Amino acid sequence: MRNVHKMMLLAGLAVAACALYLFHDLNGSFDYALPRRGVKVFAMVLTGVAIAYATVVFQTITHNRILTPSVMGLDSLYMLLQTLLIFFLGSDHVTILNKQVNFLLSIAVMVVFALLFYRLLFKKGNQPIYFLLLIGIIFGTFFSSISTFLQVLIDPNEFQMVQDRMFASFNNVNADLVWTSLAFVAVLIAVAWRHNASLDVLSLGRDAAVNLGVNYDSLVKGMLVLSAVLIAIATALVGPITFFGLIVANLSYQFFKSYKHSVHLTGAIVISIIALVGGQWVVERVFTFNATLSVIINFIGGVYFIYLLLKESRSK
Amino acid sequence: MKKRILIPILVILSFVSLFVGVSSISPIDLLDFQSEETQIFLISRLPRLVAILLAGAGMSMAGLIMQQLSRNKFVSPTTAGTLDATRLGILVSMLLFANASMIEKMAVAFAFALAGTFLFMQILDRIKFKDAIFIPLVGLMFGNILSSITTFFAYRADVIQNMSAWLQGDFSMIMKGSYELLYISVPVFIIAYIYANRFTVAGMGEDFSKNLGLKYRSVVNIGLVLVALITATVVLTVGMIPFLGLIIPNIVSIFKGDHLQKTLPHTAMLGAIFLLLCDILGRVLIYPYEISISLMVGVIGSAIFLFLLFRRRAYA
Amino acid sequence: MIQVRELTKFYGKKQVVENVSVDIQRGKITSFIGPNGAGKSTLLSMVSRLLDADTGEVLIDSTNTKKMKANDLSKRVSILKQSNYMDVRLTVRELVSFGRFPYSKGRLNGEDEKMVDQAIGYMDLESMEQSYLDELSGGQRQRAFIAMVIAQDTDYVLLDEPLNNLDMKHSVQIMKILRRLVDDLGKTVVIVLHDINFASVYSDRIVAMKNGRVVKDGTTEEIIQSAALKEIYDMDIPIQQMDNCRICVYFNS
Repeated sequence: MRNVHKMMLLAGLAVAACALYLFHDLNGSFDYALPRRGVKVFAMVLTGVAIAYATVVFQTITHNRILTPSVMGLDSLYMLLQTLLIFFLGSDHVTILNKQVNFLLSIAVMVVFALLFYRLLFKKGNQPIYFLLLIGIIFGTFFSSISTFLQVLIDPNEFQMVQDRMFASFNNVNADLVWTSLAFVAVLIAVAWRHNASLDVLSLGRDAAVNLGVNYDSLVKGMLVLSAVLIAIATALVGPITFFGLIVANLSYQFFKSYKHSVHLTGAIVISIIALVGGQWVVERVFTFNATLSVIINFIGGVYFIYLLLKESRSK
Repeated sequence: MKKRILIPILVILSFVSLFVGVSSISPIDLLDFQSEETQIFLISRLPRLVAILLAGAGMSMAGLIMQQLSRNKFVSPTTAGTLDATRLGILVSMLLFANASMIEKMAVAFAFALAGTFLFMQILDRIKFKDAIFIPLVGLMFGNILSSITTFFAYRADVIQNMSAWLQGDFSMIMKGSYELLYISVPVFIIAYIYANRFTVAGMGEDFSKNLGLKYRSVVNIGLVLVALITATVVLTVGMIPFLGLIIPNIVSIFKGDHLQKTLPHTAMLGAIFLLLCDILGRVLIYPYEISISLMVGVIGSAIFLFLLFRRRAYA
Repeated sequence: MIQVRELTKFYGKKQVVENVSVDIQRGKITSFIGPNGAGKSTLLSMVSRLLDADTGEVLIDSTNTKKMKANDLSKRVSILKQSNYMDVRLTVRELVSFGRFPYSKGRLNGEDEKMVDQAIGYMDLESMEQSYLDELSGGQRQRAFIAMVIAQDTDYVLLDEPLNNLDMKHSVQIMKILRRLVDDLGKTVVIVLHDINFASVYSDRIVAMKNGRVVKDGTTEEIIQSAALKEIYDMDIPIQQMDNCRICVYFNS
């Protein structure tokens, strides 16, 4: 029962973080500041849920706790798309200025890429999962090479627009998009949640999972696509946060001693809400820091990853 | 792949490289030592050629040494975080000493490259699951993390676009006086050749080397120092050249096997040829503009790397 | 009965299983023997759907396995492979409970719990049911995995070299348990074995494979004969009768 208590504690903290963010220093500005803060909190919760879910599932499928779905090159693709748009169409073009258009376009490009990528690889028979990941990472490097090249050529004023897209930010999220994404993510996760027990079996390895009657190949494919879609939504909404999922998933594994996905998915989601909302509060109101939250998260996530690699000698 | 084929190709391409460019120079112009053409030739074209040859040979050698020492065909400065560590080092030297001399930058960049490579080898030691594909995956993640740390500092100092520009591999800025650091590759090459047999033995593993009376640790350390030296000089003078150290040794090994002393000269030559070819293409394709060498090598290199990966799968 | 019909498998251009047809009878222990690379494990993997066959089919009690739902099949046939690596830390009881997944989908009811208790008791694991698998010895861990398969409660139990990495004592223990599964619970056990003497002492039938084909198929008495073994292993192996066991003395042949 101890896991239940821990979970309640974390949930309490998450609620407290949200309340703190919403009401601290509000000065009675219920009409102006509160709704704006509300949208931001929803955006953060949404991002947290999507990334946490995608990462935990992805790590189960890849049998590895030091990977994130971002290694598939989606972040780099998003950056390439934004750079291309600004480079060729200019920062005042509708695809950049209109957030809805940009959002839908980004999601479409990322999801289509992920689908094509998986289709191509699965068509060649069942490739080992690391092979697939390495190819994904090469694509990522490839996309970044092009982006970097174009970024150097871009006019410095226009580059400011590119740089804004390079780092996830909750400061100017569009309210309509938050509601649309919220609906998407809620439906996806609700549908996927019933596979939790099958995912538990998956961590026994492929052979054991097949033996126990899990449709291994279709489950893995479905879950890979799902995590790609979730990452695409989060990235298109706020921008790339590459290593965030890595932190929250591993914190959940450390915090909860369990093999159940229902526990770790919930745990990772709650932890990510605490980290995002709490972190944003600290960055915004305490430090008024000269860096966006996502840069700090990537920094901390990166250091944590190296720690994991050095510590995790039993890693597979 | 014979020397008597490689050498003529190298000579022809070098000749082409000398006489391709915005201001047309013909060999006859050079007869007049005072002419403007001769000046351009001596100040820009010749240094450019030398820089390409040294960088191409150097990076390929660095990759070859790393692959021998880690016993993994897919380890290289790109896939082990060396490039990214060097980049971090250069940024740190820029931020710490505003007017750092080339030698100071070199020292800091070298220290970071060495530390990064060493850290990666440490990680490698601790990972029990030494899958040929998993290792470069970890290395690329490790590189991503180092670069997220670099981004963190660059963002705070507001030098992101600048930094992209410095570190974008680019031979068009090479002038007399800015590339001479690359000559460090020459003694490194000689040392690598002298140590070749020892690297080959060390590549067979610690126990095996000790059995043959080899000081395993010190041989590995010498190898890593050589790699870090080459990488630091190349990144500092030319910029990031991804994949070169990865693909060239693999291609040579397909034809000539893995005996280092035999393959080292071929690797160096093929590296120089490949880089020359990419550079000439980059200069010709969108004439009179130039495609940076990072992009050319990034695109062609990732395609070749994918090919190598699929080829390995087919033979596995 | 499991009927294997003309199964073929290629790895690249190399044919590892070549047009194999064999019947596996109910209520017996059938051992697959043969030199390394004969295709035994590959065949077992295809029978248990871990691996797709290139051609051919497998019938379980006259139904084609391709036509069965994965979940239904997992209530009829279970397979235990030699390597059982895992990402997660599990206790013995948690692992054995996974055997009930085909029935309960992770939500164990009273009957499931009873089956888990029985399986743990059967494998004599009560004292360590709360221990984590990585704290156990190789033999104990192998028993825990067999307990999971018992909890899965299938008519057919397939095992791929279950004695690998086990010492003599534990090997004998495992083989005795498999014998009891057949004699007491009426299961059908199919097992890939390396040690020909374990096959001789414990199995009812033996199928010998070589170069991807079945070269011998018969009762233990028929196969454990010097002439038959010569054909399988290219060795002259004398047979010694000791009590009721026929022992192959291959060490100096």
